[in-house]
Parts: sequence; C-alpha cells; structure tokens
Amino acid sequence: MAYTVRRPNLTFWEKIYLPNIVAGLAITFKHLRKMLQGETKVVMQYPEEKWDAHLPEYYRGAPTLVTDEHGRERCVSCQLCEFICPPRAITITPGELASDSKFAKVEKAPKAFEIDMSRCIYCGLCEEVCPEQAIYLRKDYAVTGENRADMVHHKDKLYELGGTMPGLVHKWNPEK
Amino acid sequence: MDFINDIPWLLIAASVAKTLFLIFLIVLPIVSYTVYAERRVSALIQDRLGPNRTGFPTSLLGFHKDLQLFLGGLGQPVADAVKFLLKEEFTPGHVNKFYFWLAPVLAMVPALSTLAVLPFGNYMFGQKMVVADVNVGILYVFAIASIGVYGIVLAGWSSNSKYPFLGGIRATSQMISYELSLGLSAVPVLMIIGNLNLSDAIQYQIDNGWLLLPFTDGKLTLRELLLWIPVGISFIVFTISMFAETNRLPFDLPESETELVAGYHTEYSSMKFALFFLGEYAAMIAGSSVIVVLFLGGWHLPFLPINTLESSTTPAGMALGLIHISVFFAKVIALLIFFIWVRWTLPRFRFDQLMKLGWLYLFEIALVNIFITAAILALVK
Repeated sequence: MAYTVRRPNLTFWEKIYLPNIVAGLAITFKHLRKMLQGETKVVMQYPEEKWDAHLPEYYRGAPTLVTDEHGRERCVSCQLCEFICPPRAITITPGELASDSKFAKVEKAPKAFEIDMSRCIYCGLCEEVCPEQAIYLRKDYAVTGENRADMVHHKDKLYELGGTMPGLVHKWNPEK
Repeated sequence: MDFINDIPWLLIAASVAKTLFLIFLIVLPIVSYTVYAERRVSALIQDRLGPNRTGFPTSLLGFHKDLQLFLGGLGQPVADAVKFLLKEEFTPGHVNKFYFWLAPVLAMVPALSTLAVLPFGNYMFGQKMVVADVNVGILYVFAIASIGVYGIVLAGWSSNSKYPFLGGIRATSQMISYELSLGLSAVPVLMIIGNLNLSDAIQYQIDNGWLLLPFTDGKLTLRELLLWIPVGISFIVFTISMFAETNRLPFDLPESETELVAGYHTEYSSMKFALFFLGEYAAMIAGSSVIVVLFLGGWHLPFLPINTLESSTTPAGMALGLIHISVFFAKVIALLIFFIWVRWTLPRFRFDQLMKLGWLYLFEIALVNIFITAAILALVK
C-alpha cells in the first residue's frame, strides 16, 4: 500500500544548504580534534598491547595435553578425541608404557600425539569427550608457523603448553 | 645551420628544469602523501587510526629495525607504489585495447599540463617560477582541464562493461555541466584583475590585497568592501564547481563505489589504475592551485619582502624565493586538507540533485554575479 511521506518544512537557511555544510564540517572537525588530542578511545594496538589478562576462564585456545600432580601423562591413548575431532586434526599413535613402570600392564600412553593446528577449529570437543581429563583447551591463541610442518604440534610441545592439572577436575560440574 | 643559433636554448633548458622540479620534486610527492593524508584524516575523522604501521624497511638494508618516524605509516605511499608496480597488468579480453590503454594517459596528462601556467613562486636563480608565463593563462587552464574528461569517458567506453559505462556517462554530463559555472565564476575575478595572465593576477593581489581577503595590503576601501560580495560568491561557486570537476565527494558520481563498483576504472588494475588515481589527485592539486592563484594571493604572504629578478641569485633572494614556493604549496596543501575534510563530511548527491544544483543554481548565480561585479566596477571608483 502506497503512502505519502511527509516532507519536512525547511526553513530558508536549511534550504540554501551551506550553513548545514558548515555545521557538518564542525562536527567532523570535533571528531578530528578529539582524536588528535587523544580523547577518543580507539582500538587496542594488538602486538604491543594484549588482552591476555582479561581472557575468561572458559576461553578456548590451543588444545594441549596435561600431566597430573605426579608428573604422569593423563592420556591413555583411547583415541576418542581423534574420532570426534570434526576437522580430523588429531593423530594419535598408541603405545605401551615402559615395562619397568608400575602401571605398565594397567594403562597405555600415546607414543605420538599430533595436533595439526592449521586444521584445528578450536571447538573443544576433544576436551569434552576425554574420559581421562587429559586434553584441555588452554589460552594460547597466537599459533603461527612458517610452513605446514611448523603448524603441527607434537607431543612434547603439547605437554609443554599444557603443564600440570592437579587432582580431579570436575569439568562438567556446573557449580564450579 | 643558422636556425640552431635562433633556438632559445636557455629558455628551453630552464623550462625543462622547472618542469622536472615541479612535477617530480613537488607535485608527485604531494600526490602520494595526499593519498596517505586522505586515508589518515578520514580515519581520524571516523574515530579510527588509519595506516600507522608502515615504516621505511631499513631492516632489508641490514639495519636492526625498520625506521619508524614520529607519526608512523609515513612509508605507506612507498609501499603502495611498489605494490602498484608489481601487480599483474591485466587487460580483460572484452575491452577495446587501444582506448583502454589510452584512457589512463589522458586522465593523467591534462592534470599535470594545467600546472604549466601556474606561477608557483616568484624568482629563483634569475628565473620566474612559472613554466610557461603565457597571456592566456586561465583560459589555458580551463581548456586543458576540460580535456581531462576524455580520460574518464574513454575508460568508461572502452571497458565494454556496464558499470564503467555508466560511470563514463555520468562523468561526461557532470563535467560538462560544471565547466560552465567554473568558467563563469572565474569571470568576475578576471574583470577585477583585467588580465588573463596568472602572474599578473598575483601582482594585482600583491598591490591591492588578496581578492578573498582584501585587507592583506593593510587598507580596506569602499570599492574593495563592495567587491567582497561578488568575489565571495565567485569563490564559493568556483570551489563547488572545482569539487565537481575533480570528481570529489559530494560529487563523485562517476566512481560512486556503492552504486557502480568503482565506476569508470572498474576494469583497470595495477599501474593503469594507479594512473587514474594519480590523475585525480594531480587534478585536485591543479584545481587548488588555481583557487590559490585567483583568490588567495598565490605565493604572496603579507609582511614578507618580495625578491626581484636581480636579487634572486643572492643567498637572501634565493631564501626568499624558497619561502615563496613553500607559501604557495602550504596554501595548496591547506586546500587539499579542506577537500579531504569535506569528503568525509558530506554524503553523495543523487544524480538529479547534482544536475539541478549545477544548471539551476550555480550557473545562474555565476551569471548574475558577473553583472553585479560589472555594476560595482562601473559605479564605484
């Protein structure tokens, strides 16, 4: 349905348009002046300033492997994370524990654990699915490399990034 | 071989030297840094920062760090130029090759040619600081500036696709329409000065005060006060027409991004595109220079002594000559900043509004203004 748009009644000064141009120029100049005097708050200058201290608890950064308080690997290479990973970024080669270890016949451990960070989508499904609470998304977000091989995080790198996670972690506990 | 002796070698050498100095040492650096200023000022006006990173890559030469000057980002024009030079020179298959290659040249050359008659300084090394001190100065400027439309029209036509075509059509009608008011608004100025030569225009303003600011010679007569009205109108009409002639916002319909992708240069890439860009900014510089010469006293600054042909070879005279040149380009740069400031203030006109403004208002105002000036000149002595 067509309807008529009411045109505003313009005064003489509005009709000749030049005073409005001057008013507009004054507004833009005010913005310019405030920027030059540093009164306007602008975006963070990224590489110099970072927001790391304000990252929330639930931040999903790079996936990492963690050890428990005794320094043992939590991962038992059940490969659930490998199967659930949507972009198939995780590759696990399962292996035995050393025969002199107390847990040699009880558990397994990954011989190799690789996460291709050029594939990872930081979805956090590996963390959710892990029955041993061994894989966590930590707060590293600047993952860079000069070629594809650099972008693959190997086991040492994953443990280095992950550190230790002592005790039982109630990761599904909504009260926490 | 007598004719060799008749050729004014000194004049030719001096003209070539002045042209090279003007184009390569002044205009092209100003063009590239106007592009930078455009981006930076637009960012500041919109509460952003703009390009503030690009330094000069001295680390490539073995230094420890890149050279970051106080503001940052001053290397941006250099990086842009390198990028334009290294990009692929792509000519689409559906274009009319000859005109497609000719158009960028025609956009650049007239803009630089207009600079030939503009006196950008007084005297240096016993030479008048104008490439060609011709008596038809301002007519030459208008004649050459109107050739500039061919670059845009040919680009739009030869690209053989719809958006450049629409841009080219718009450019034609817009530039032809606004040339009328541009020329007519300059007539009152020329009536007051009584001469077409641009050096004489500056000499008149030295003697009688700048046209727009007639008190710069220290006194204000009744005649000057009355002439202030037509000169002011003339200045406003001339400036608005100059915005339209150089395709600056609010009149940038030939390349309005939101409607026509990029308008007439949609199909262009790398250095050919850069030539359009350079031509547009060179035209801005030429236009601002004309405004400075006609209305703002050219290179003259009140209370500053003026060097003569004889004194211009002495150190003091040369220093003065340099100051005159700097004053001229300081005024031009101030106008360029104003161009940028206006660009980020006003939205684009609709095409019918553009035509209405040109034909129904500016044209008539400029025409009536001539008669007002004539009446004042005839009645008030």
